[in-house]
Amino acid sequence: MALTAMQIYKSLPRTNCKDCGLPTCMAFAMQVAAKRKALAECPHISAEAQTDLSEASAPPMKLITIGAGDKTFEFGQETVMFRHEEKFMRPCGIAVKIPASANDDEANAKVGQINNSVFTRVGEKLKVSLCAVCLDGVSNPAARAALIAGKSNVPLILMSESPGTMKTALDAVKQVKPLIYKANSTTVEDFAALAAGAGVPLAISGSSVEELAELTVKAKNKGAANLVLAFDTDKPGETIRSLTIARRAAIKKNFRALGYPTVVEMKGETPESETVIGAMFAAKYAGILMIDYCEPWELLPVMTTIQDIFTDPQVPNTVEAKLYEIGSPGDSSPVMFTTNFSLTYFSVAGEVERSRIPAYISVVDTEGLGVLNAYAGDKISVEKVVKTIASQKIAEKVKHRKLIIPGLLPIFRAEIEDTSEWKEVIIGPETAREIPAFLAKVWK
Amino acid sequence: MALPDIKEKWTYKINEVTIGAIEQEGGTRGKTITVGGQTTLPLLSFEGNIPNKPVVAGYIANAVPDWPDTILKGIGDEVKSPVEWAQKSVQEFKVDLLSIKLIGADPHGKNATAEECAKTVSDVLKAVDVPLIIWGCGDDEKDSLVLQACAEAAKGENCLIGSAKESNYRTIVALCMANKHKIISEAPVDINIGKQVNILLRDIGYNLNDVIMFQTTAALGYGFDYVYTISERARIAGLKGDALMALPQICDVGGEVFRVKEAVADEDALPGWGALEKRGPMWEAVCAGNYLQAGADIVIMAHPVAIKNIRQAIDKLF
Repeated sequence: MALTAMQIYKSLPRTNCKDCGLPTCMAFAMQVAAKRKALAECPHISAEAQTDLSEASAPPMKLITIGAGDKTFEFGQETVMFRHEEKFMRPCGIAVKIPASANDDEANAKVGQINNSVFTRVGEKLKVSLCAVCLDGVSNPAARAALIAGKSNVPLILMSESPGTMKTALDAVKQVKPLIYKANSTTVEDFAALAAGAGVPLAISGSSVEELAELTVKAKNKGAANLVLAFDTDKPGETIRSLTIARRAAIKKNFRALGYPTVVEMKGETPESETVIGAMFAAKYAGILMIDYCEPWELLPVMTTIQDIFTDPQVPNTVEAKLYEIGSPGDSSPVMFTTNFSLTYFSVAGEVERSRIPAYISVVDTEGLGVLNAYAGDKISVEKVVKTIASQKIAEKVKHRKLIIPGLLPIFRAEIEDTSEWKEVIIGPETAREIPAFLAKVWK
Repeated sequence: MALPDIKEKWTYKINEVTIGAIEQEGGTRGKTITVGGQTTLPLLSFEGNIPNKPVVAGYIANAVPDWPDTILKGIGDEVKSPVEWAQKSVQEFKVDLLSIKLIGADPHGKNATAEECAKTVSDVLKAVDVPLIIWGCGDDEKDSLVLQACAEAAKGENCLIGSAKESNYRTIVALCMANKHKIISEAPVDINIGKQVNILLRDIGYNLNDVIMFQTTAALGYGFDYVYTISERARIAGLKGDALMALPQICDVGGEVFRVKEAVADEDALPGWGALEKRGPMWEAVCAGNYLQAGADIVIMAHPVAIKNIRQAIDKLF
């Protein structure tokens, strides 16, 4: 978090000695706050003040990395409570548990399932981010950890309540830098020593947010710097409140003891309720959502929630401005145009699909604005539409010269007919959902 | 360790709105439903009161919606009869109230007359005793006739009528005032228009305490993030003292999700995405759960599996 000039000024000698080249300490503080001067340019600043200030200028929520090499997952360093305040920085990761009850074959099969849980949705790749290996109750924890580490395409979380079990397993797979999960009030010091020794991140749970804050300080004092706040869902409403409290304390109050990302472990849910409640945690405020099941119908709605919520609201979502073929259109199929605002495009494309009439959709680059906004902002014009359609060579694909235009742009009709080879312009509906009925009527 | 004080000081209360009227109030409902009244964000009971949990309204219609057979089968054969669909939703799906969409009135579809729609509404009101939300078919011209007839048929039942937009709000206000109903104010994914519609309602003398906001609803994956954020911003504005935004919110999840391919296409069309029978209802339930977290007070839902899971989530979380 950026420091204010006032906060910096308080740590300066306040002697106005001018040795930094500026007339007063306040002037120097203002330059430092504006990042035009470095703190070290004050020759008289105490080492203590320098440490304090550099610590205070660290981000309020730490960035944590799990994994090594090309299998890593990063989370943390979030800066806001609501996505409209700026954006959420790092999409919530999904971790799927490999239960202790699974034998080696079953464990192998589940890792395979996790590796294969990769989906492409609106041009983006969605996948499970982490493999969580339950160790308590496994006959040979080291062998289990090694088995999964060898097979998994994604980084690992090792799960055990016992520092002894964890040490055995961690020794076997130290090089993949797993997250170790999880310490509580009685084991925090042993776990912290283990994490510090192996250089891996550590998850800690507390019986309350207050206790959790105490435990992270203890772990930090033992040398474990990379911490994760762990919550489960015995009382999911409480968990959502705790997550909110921890995040507000970190982000708004710069409260260091809770300045770490979070993991939420779903417990004892049916696949359906795990999906519904899990998605709510992914939206607020789990950094990692740990689940038991990983059927596509469970993962996809949660992944799509993450995809939506973690979209940057400041950047309009766009699709490439090109010709899209819906179904397998032929030389007598309808031709229509729309904007490259992805919401507009996907609404139109979805409804055309629903109509079961194959069609060409020409997408015009409107810099991510919808039809009306594009028109108001001069991002769409007849000239642009005609040029786009010509460059996409649609005339070579169809025999007819009928063009369907958005219902919100009826005034384009005459000019398109006058200035292009598209001599029969048909005014389409104002909203996408009317497209199936419209096409059924006009395109017989 | 003592934590810093992170409580927000919200200064305003979301309006409390009751739907339905029992006999003493001039209606025939067995119970009423009250939403709103919060002085804090969803779930954050440590800094305010949440007197009413969110509720689930069962989606019914006077024509079979154009949803895939797999989804319709999940609901049952009753979709063919609004009365039977209503009864099943209340008795088996355990919805808190009902939301009827008169899509059968669509001039491009079945084109049911206003009188036929009013008859359907009366029949539904006779068949079940939960409060009712009534929507037109989306064609302003037709809806002015349809909603007029339905509002009269349901006179005194304190229904929620959808929806008042910039284009038709005068008609809707007149028919609601004459027949003692409440209003849904609608704006298409635009918080400023949402506020504008509420200003129009207020300025012609309609009491905003009798209004529920509808920012339209986007299906998960299709502009969901826009509506989620509008809902969240509206709720925050309301709690901070903007009386025009301090209204309960409604989301038509069932009416929206079964149009997008993730919730309607079977595995042939989406290889590796899992059976539609499971995926469809989850798409609906997850979408609804997320809206509840943003600020929805009423979610309209259709599939029994989705309804069951949202009810459980509400019980566990709220």
